[in-house]
Amino acid sequence: MISILIGLLCTIGAVAILIAAIGILRMPDFYLRLSVTVKAATLGGGLLLLSAAFYFPEEVSVTTKALAIIFFLTLTAPVAAHLIGRTAYFIGTEKWKGTVRDDLAGMYDKDTHQLSSGDATEGDSVSHPSS
Amino acid sequence: MTLSTYIDYVILPILGVALVLVFIRIFKGPTVVDRVIALDLLITIGVGVITVYSISTQKSTFIDVAMILALIAFLGTIAFSYYLEKRGRK
Repeated sequence: MISILIGLLCTIGAVAILIAAIGILRMPDFYLRLSVTVKAATLGGGLLLLSAAFYFPEEVSVTTKALAIIFFLTLTAPVAAHLIGRTAYFIGTEKWKGTVRDDLAGMYDKDTHQLSSGDATEGDSVSHPSS
Repeated sequence: MTLSTYIDYVILPILGVALVLVFIRIFKGPTVVDRVIALDLLITIGVGVITVYSISTQKSTFIDVAMILALIAFLGTIAFSYYLEKRGRK
Protein backbone atom coordinates (compact mmCIF):
# COMPACT_ATOMS: atom_id res chain seq x y z
CA MET A 1 0.00 0.00 0.00
CA ILE A 2 2.74 2.44 0.97
CA SER A 3 4.73 1.42 -2.11
CA ILE A 4 1.80 2.41 -4.35
CA LEU A 5 1.79 5.84 -2.74
CA ILE A 6 5.56 6.15 -3.18
CA GLY A 7 5.32 5.09 -6.81
CA LEU A 8 2.57 7.62 -7.43
CA LEU A 9 4.56 10.45 -5.84
CA CYS A 10 7.69 9.46 -7.79
CA THR A 11 5.75 9.38 -11.06
CA ILE A 12 4.17 12.81 -10.57
CA GLY A 13 7.53 14.27 -9.56
CA ALA A 14 9.38 12.78 -12.51
CA VAL A 15 6.71 13.98 -14.95
CA ALA A 16 6.88 17.50 -13.47
CA ILE A 17 10.66 17.50 -13.91
CA LEU A 18 10.26 16.27 -17.49
CA ILE A 19 7.80 19.10 -18.17
CA ALA A 20 10.35 21.56 -16.77
CA ALA A 21 13.06 20.15 -19.04
CA ILE A 22 10.80 20.30 -22.11
CA GLY A 23 9.89 23.86 -21.18
CA ILE A 24 13.47 25.00 -20.85
CA LEU A 25 14.17 23.60 -24.30
CA ARG A 26 11.06 24.79 -26.11
CA MET A 27 10.27 28.22 -24.65
CA PRO A 28 11.27 31.12 -26.91
CA ASP A 29 12.62 33.53 -24.33
CA PHE A 30 14.84 33.61 -21.26
CA TYR A 31 12.10 34.97 -19.02
CA LEU A 32 9.59 32.34 -20.09
CA ARG A 33 12.23 29.65 -19.59
CA LEU A 34 12.88 30.95 -16.08
CA SER A 35 9.17 31.00 -15.30
CA VAL A 36 8.70 27.41 -16.44
CA THR A 37 11.84 25.98 -14.90
CA VAL A 38 11.71 27.18 -11.32
CA LYS A 39 8.14 26.24 -10.46
CA ALA A 40 7.97 22.84 -12.14
CA ALA A 41 11.43 21.73 -10.99
CA THR A 42 10.74 22.74 -7.39
CA LEU A 43 7.48 20.78 -7.44
CA GLY A 44 9.15 17.75 -8.98
CA GLY A 45 12.13 17.69 -6.65
CA GLY A 46 9.87 18.24 -3.65
CA LEU A 47 7.65 15.30 -4.60
CA LEU A 48 10.63 12.99 -5.15
CA LEU A 49 12.06 13.96 -1.76
CA LEU A 50 8.65 13.46 -0.15
CA SER A 51 8.55 9.93 -1.51
CA ALA A 52 11.98 9.32 0.07
CA ALA A 53 10.62 10.64 3.35
CA PHE A 54 7.79 8.10 3.13
CA TYR A 55 10.11 5.26 2.13
CA PHE A 56 12.41 5.39 5.15
CA PRO A 57 9.86 5.64 7.98
CA GLU A 58 11.91 3.78 10.61
CA GLU A 59 14.82 6.21 10.32
CA VAL A 60 13.73 9.55 11.67
CA SER A 61 16.95 11.24 10.58
CA VAL A 62 16.32 10.50 6.90
CA THR A 63 12.77 11.82 7.04
CA THR A 64 13.99 14.96 8.78
CA LYS A 65 16.72 15.44 6.20
CA ALA A 66 14.32 14.99 3.30
CA LEU A 67 11.86 17.48 4.80
CA ALA A 68 14.75 19.90 5.43
CA ILE A 69 15.80 19.68 1.78
CA ILE A 70 12.19 20.32 0.69
CA PHE A 71 12.03 23.36 2.96
CA PHE A 72 15.38 24.64 1.73
CA LEU A 73 14.46 24.11 -1.94
CA THR A 74 11.13 25.90 -1.54
CA LEU A 75 12.85 28.76 0.26
CA THR A 76 15.80 29.31 -2.06
CA ALA A 77 14.43 28.61 -5.55
CA PRO A 78 12.30 31.82 -5.80
CA VAL A 79 15.15 33.93 -4.40
CA ALA A 80 17.62 32.56 -6.91
CA ALA A 81 15.12 32.95 -9.76
CA HIS A 82 14.41 36.54 -8.81
CA LEU A 83 18.10 37.41 -8.65
CA ILE A 84 19.01 35.83 -11.97
CA GLY A 85 15.97 37.40 -13.64
CA ARG A 86 16.92 40.83 -12.30
CA THR A 87 20.49 40.38 -13.54
CA ALA A 88 19.25 39.28 -16.95
CA TYR A 89 17.12 42.42 -17.17
CA PHE A 90 20.10 44.59 -16.31
CA ILE A 91 22.51 43.05 -18.80
CA GLY A 92 19.93 43.47 -21.54
CA THR A 93 18.72 39.98 -22.40
CA GLU A 94 16.40 40.43 -25.36
CA LYS A 95 12.72 39.69 -24.97
CA TRP A 96 10.53 37.52 -27.13
CA LYS A 97 9.00 39.34 -30.11
CA GLY A 98 5.53 38.49 -28.81
CA THR A 99 6.05 40.34 -25.54
CA VAL A 100 3.37 43.01 -25.33
CA ARG A 101 4.35 45.05 -22.29
CA ASP A 102 7.37 45.72 -20.10
CA ASP A 103 6.40 47.37 -16.85
CA LEU A 104 10.02 47.85 -15.80
CA ALA A 105 11.04 49.88 -18.87
CA GLY A 106 12.72 53.07 -17.68
CA MET A 107 12.08 52.36 -14.02
CA TYR A 108 15.62 51.32 -13.13
CA ASP A 109 18.37 53.83 -12.64
CA LYS A 110 21.12 52.93 -15.09
CA ASP A 111 24.02 53.66 -12.75
CA THR A 112 22.81 52.74 -9.29
CA HIS A 113 20.39 49.94 -10.30
CA GLN A 114 17.81 51.43 -7.97
CA LEU A 115 14.16 50.83 -8.70
CA SER A 116 11.83 53.82 -8.70
CA SER A 117 8.06 53.67 -8.78
CA GLY A 118 6.22 54.81 -11.87
CA ASP A 119 4.31 57.74 -10.38
CA ALA A 120 7.32 59.40 -8.75
CA THR A 121 7.23 63.15 -9.14
CA GLU A 122 10.16 65.48 -9.61
CA GLY A 123 10.21 66.37 -5.93
CA ASP A 124 10.72 62.74 -4.95
CA SER A 125 13.72 62.32 -7.17
CA VAL A 126 15.24 65.54 -5.84
CA SER A 127 14.73 64.55 -2.23
CA HIS A 128 16.83 61.39 -2.76
CA PRO A 129 19.67 62.71 -4.89
CA SER A 130 22.32 60.12 -4.00
CA SER A 131 22.06 56.47 -3.17
CA MET B 1 6.50 -5.39 -9.87
CA THR B 2 8.46 -4.12 -6.95
CA LEU B 3 9.09 -0.48 -6.24
CA SER B 4 12.79 -0.86 -6.97
CA THR B 5 12.14 -2.26 -10.45
CA TYR B 6 9.59 0.44 -11.19
CA ILE B 7 12.07 3.15 -10.22
CA ASP B 8 14.89 1.56 -12.21
CA TYR B 9 12.88 1.08 -15.41
CA VAL B 10 10.43 4.01 -15.39
CA ILE B 11 11.46 6.88 -13.13
CA LEU B 12 15.18 6.96 -13.84
CA PRO B 13 14.73 6.89 -17.66
CA ILE B 14 12.28 9.81 -17.42
CA LEU B 15 14.82 11.78 -15.40
CA GLY B 16 17.54 10.78 -17.87
CA VAL B 17 15.54 12.17 -20.79
CA ALA B 18 15.04 15.38 -18.80
CA LEU B 19 18.80 15.61 -18.24
CA VAL B 20 19.47 15.21 -21.96
CA LEU B 21 17.00 18.01 -22.80
CA VAL B 22 18.65 20.33 -20.26
CA PHE B 23 22.09 19.53 -21.69
CA ILE B 24 20.82 20.51 -25.17
CA ARG B 25 19.78 23.88 -23.73
CA ILE B 26 23.20 24.30 -22.07
CA PHE B 27 24.95 23.75 -25.40
CA LYS B 28 22.51 25.89 -27.43
CA GLY B 29 21.79 28.64 -24.89
CA PRO B 30 22.14 31.99 -26.67
CA THR B 31 23.11 33.96 -23.56
CA VAL B 32 25.00 33.15 -20.41
CA VAL B 33 21.91 33.54 -18.17
CA ASP B 34 20.20 30.77 -20.12
CA ARG B 35 23.10 28.51 -19.27
CA VAL B 36 22.95 29.56 -15.62
CA ILE B 37 19.30 28.58 -15.19
CA ALA B 38 19.92 25.39 -17.18
CA LEU B 39 22.72 24.55 -14.73
CA ASP B 40 20.39 25.27 -11.82
CA LEU B 41 17.75 22.95 -13.28
CA LEU B 42 20.44 20.34 -13.94
CA ILE B 43 21.48 20.30 -10.28
CA THR B 44 17.83 20.16 -9.16
CA ILE B 45 17.29 17.12 -11.39
CA GLY B 46 20.50 15.69 -9.92
CA VAL B 47 19.02 16.02 -6.43
CA GLY B 48 15.96 14.13 -7.66
CA VAL B 49 18.07 11.40 -9.26
CA ILE B 50 20.09 10.91 -6.07
CA THR B 51 16.91 10.70 -3.99
CA VAL B 52 15.28 8.17 -6.28
CA TYR B 53 18.49 6.14 -6.43
CA SER B 54 18.65 6.01 -2.65
CA ILE B 55 15.10 4.62 -2.64
CA SER B 56 16.02 2.07 -5.30
CA THR B 57 19.13 0.81 -3.51
CA GLN B 58 17.68 1.23 0.01
CA LYS B 59 20.74 3.18 1.12
CA SER B 60 19.63 6.30 2.92
CA THR B 61 23.15 7.80 3.08
CA PHE B 62 22.77 9.34 -0.38
CA ILE B 63 20.27 11.87 1.00
CA ASP B 64 23.20 13.74 2.59
CA VAL B 65 24.74 14.23 -0.85
CA ALA B 66 21.44 15.60 -2.14
CA MET B 67 21.35 18.10 0.71
CA ILE B 68 24.83 19.47 -0.05
CA LEU B 69 24.05 19.58 -3.77
CA ALA B 70 20.90 21.66 -3.21
CA LEU B 71 22.99 24.10 -1.16
CA ILE B 72 25.63 24.36 -3.89
CA ALA B 73 22.99 24.99 -6.57
CA PHE B 74 21.63 27.98 -4.67
CA LEU B 75 25.07 29.43 -3.98
CA GLY B 76 26.13 28.95 -7.59
CA THR B 77 23.12 30.80 -8.98
CA ILE B 78 23.57 33.64 -6.49
CA ALA B 79 27.26 33.98 -7.32
CA PHE B 80 26.60 33.95 -11.07
CA SER B 81 23.92 36.64 -10.83
CA TYR B 82 26.10 38.80 -8.57
CA TYR B 83 29.13 38.73 -10.83
CA LEU B 84 27.16 39.08 -14.06
CA GLU B 85 25.45 42.19 -12.71
CA LYS B 86 28.80 43.55 -11.54
CA ARG B 87 30.32 42.96 -14.97
CA GLY B 88 27.45 44.75 -16.71
CA ARG B 89 27.63 47.75 -14.39
CA LYS B 90 31.22 48.88 -14.98
